[in-house]
Amino acid sequence: MYLKTMATLAVLASAGFASAESISPQQVSFTDGAVPQSLTGEPGNPAEGREVFANRKLGNCLACHANEDLAEQAFHGQIGPMLDGVGDRWSEAELRAIVVNAKEVFEGTIMPAFYNARTINRPLKGFEDKTILSAQQVEDLVAYLMLLKE
Amino acid sequence: MKRIVLKGAALAALLATGALAEEPKLIINGEIELPTRVPAPSHMDAIDEITSGWVYRTKETQALQMDDFDNPGMIFVDVGQELFETAEGDAGKACADCHESAEEFAGLKASMPRVNEEGELESMPDVINECRTERMQADAWKWSGPEMSAMTALISLQSRGMPVDVAIDGAAAPFWEQGKEIYYTRYGQLDLACSNCHENNYDMMIRADHLSQGQTNGFPNYRLKNAKINTVHGRFKGCMKNIRAQPFAEGGDEFKALELYVASRGNGLPVESPSVRN
Ligand code: HEC
Ligand code: HEC
Repeated sequence: MYLKTMATLAVLASAGFASAESISPQQVSFTDGAVPQSLTGEPGNPAEGREVFANRKLGNCLACHANEDLAEQAFHGQIGPMLDGVGDRWSEAELRAIVVNAKEVFEGTIMPAFYNARTINRPLKGFEDKTILSAQQVEDLVAYLMLLKE
Repeated sequence: MKRIVLKGAALAALLATGALAEEPKLIINGEIELPTRVPAPSHMDAIDEITSGWVYRTKETQALQMDDFDNPGMIFVDVGQELFETAEGDAGKACADCHESAEEFAGLKASMPRVNEEGELESMPDVINECRTERMQADAWKWSGPEMSAMTALISLQSRGMPVDVAIDGAAAPFWEQGKEIYYTRYGQLDLACSNCHENNYDMMIRADHLSQGQTNGFPNYRLKNAKINTVHGRFKGCMKNIRAQPFAEGGDEFKALELYVASRGNGLPVESPSVRN
C-alpha cells in the first residue's frame, strides 16, 4: 500500500513537472552544429510534431518550406528548401540544432530560432522573453522530421 | 531524344493557348497605361528592377484596379471629396475655401514624405492636419482614421501616373539613413527585417501570400481583407505584428523615416493610388 502510493505520487510528479525538467533555452549546448541532448529527456511524438509543423500559431514551417507529407495543406512556402527527405540528410542532433536556433547552423539565415535564449528586439506585447515553441514541441517536431525519408 | 521532343511539343501547346503569354499590363480605364517594372534607383544595390505590388496579385484583384468603377478605393476618394468641401472648425472653413480643387495637389504624393522648412520630416497627414488645426481651427484627424485615409486617397489620386520622386539628399539624408537602418534591422520574436521578405524573397510564396517588394507607390490602398482604405503606416504596423514585433507608432518619427526610405526604393515607379490589394 505504502509503495503503491509512493509510485502514484512519483508518476503525478513527473507528469506535473515535466517542463521543469526540460532543458531551458539558456542550457542548450551546441557541438559542431548539433544538439545531441534531448530537450525533455523523453522521445518526441511525431504525430504532434506534424501538427506543430503545419499550425500557423506554432511552427508554421509551411510558411517557408514545402513538404510533400503535408500535401493536404493548400499552401506551401518557397523561401526555404523543400523538406522531403530531410530525415536522410541530417541526424536527429542536427535537426534539433536547426529547429532550436538555425543561425548556429546556417550563418545569418532568415529561418527563425524556435527555442533559443536571447533578447528579442522589440518583442510584441505578450511575447517578451518567450520562445516560439516549447521544449516538448521541439522534440515532437524533431521526431516528425526524422520520419521524412525519401 | 523522345523526351526532348515531347517537351518541345508541350511548350508549343502552352504557347498556343497563351499560357506563357506576356505579363499582364496595368491599363486603367482602358487608357492610362502605368509601367509596373522600371530600373531601380541608383541607391539600391541588391535589386536591379523595381516592380509594382500589383504584379504579384491575382488576376481578379488586378482587374479591380484597372477600372475606376470597379475599384472600391474610389468610393473613399468620393468621401474625401465631400470632406474637402465641408466646413469644419472655429474658422468655419473647408479645404475648398483655400484650395480651388484637389487637382491643385498633383505631384504631392509623388514627393512625400519630405523635409519642411522647420527641418522636420513630414508626411501627407501632417500637412493635412496642419491645415485643419491652424487654418480651420478644427481637431486634427487620427493618422489612419477614416477621414484622413479618405482625404489622402483623394489627394494621392491627383498624382496617379507621376513617377515617385522623393528627395533623399540634403536635409532629407539623416532621415533617409534612419529609415534604411530600420529597414535592415531584424525585429520581433521571428527576428526578421523588412529586407528579409521584401528584398531577399520577393516573388516567392510565403504560405498563401505572394511576396512583393513592399513598394508604397499604390498607397493608400484598398484592401479586400478589411474593406477599407489602408495607410502606409498601417501596413508597416501589420508587417511588424506578423513577425511578433512591437510596432512603432503610426505617425511617429520611426515610421516616417521608414516611409521615406521605402518610398525612395520606389523612385521611378508611377503613383497608383488608390491601389487594390487582397
Ligand atoms: C522565415 C522562413 C523559415 C521558416 C518559418 C522556417 N524555415 Fe527552415 N529554413 C529556412 C531557410 C531559408 C533554410 C535554408 C538555410 C539557409 O541557407 O538559410 C532553412 C533550412 C531548414 C532545414 C535544413 C533543410 C535542408 O534540406 O538542408 C530544416 C530541417 C528546416 N529548415 C526546418 C524547419 C522547421 C521544422 C521549421 C518550423 C519549425 C522551419 N524550418 C521554419 C527558412 C525558414
Ligand atoms: C515575414 C515577412 C514580412 C516581413 C518581415 C515584412 N513584410 Fe511587408 N508584407 C509581407 C506580406 C506577405 C505582404 C503582402 C503581400 C505583399 O505585397 O508582399 C506585405 C506587404 C507589404 C507592403 C504593401 C505592398 C503593396 O504593394 O501593397 C508594404 C509597403 C510592406 N509590406 C512593407 C514592409 C516593411 C516596411 C517591413 C518592415 C517593417 C515589412 N514589410 C516586413 C510580408 C512581410
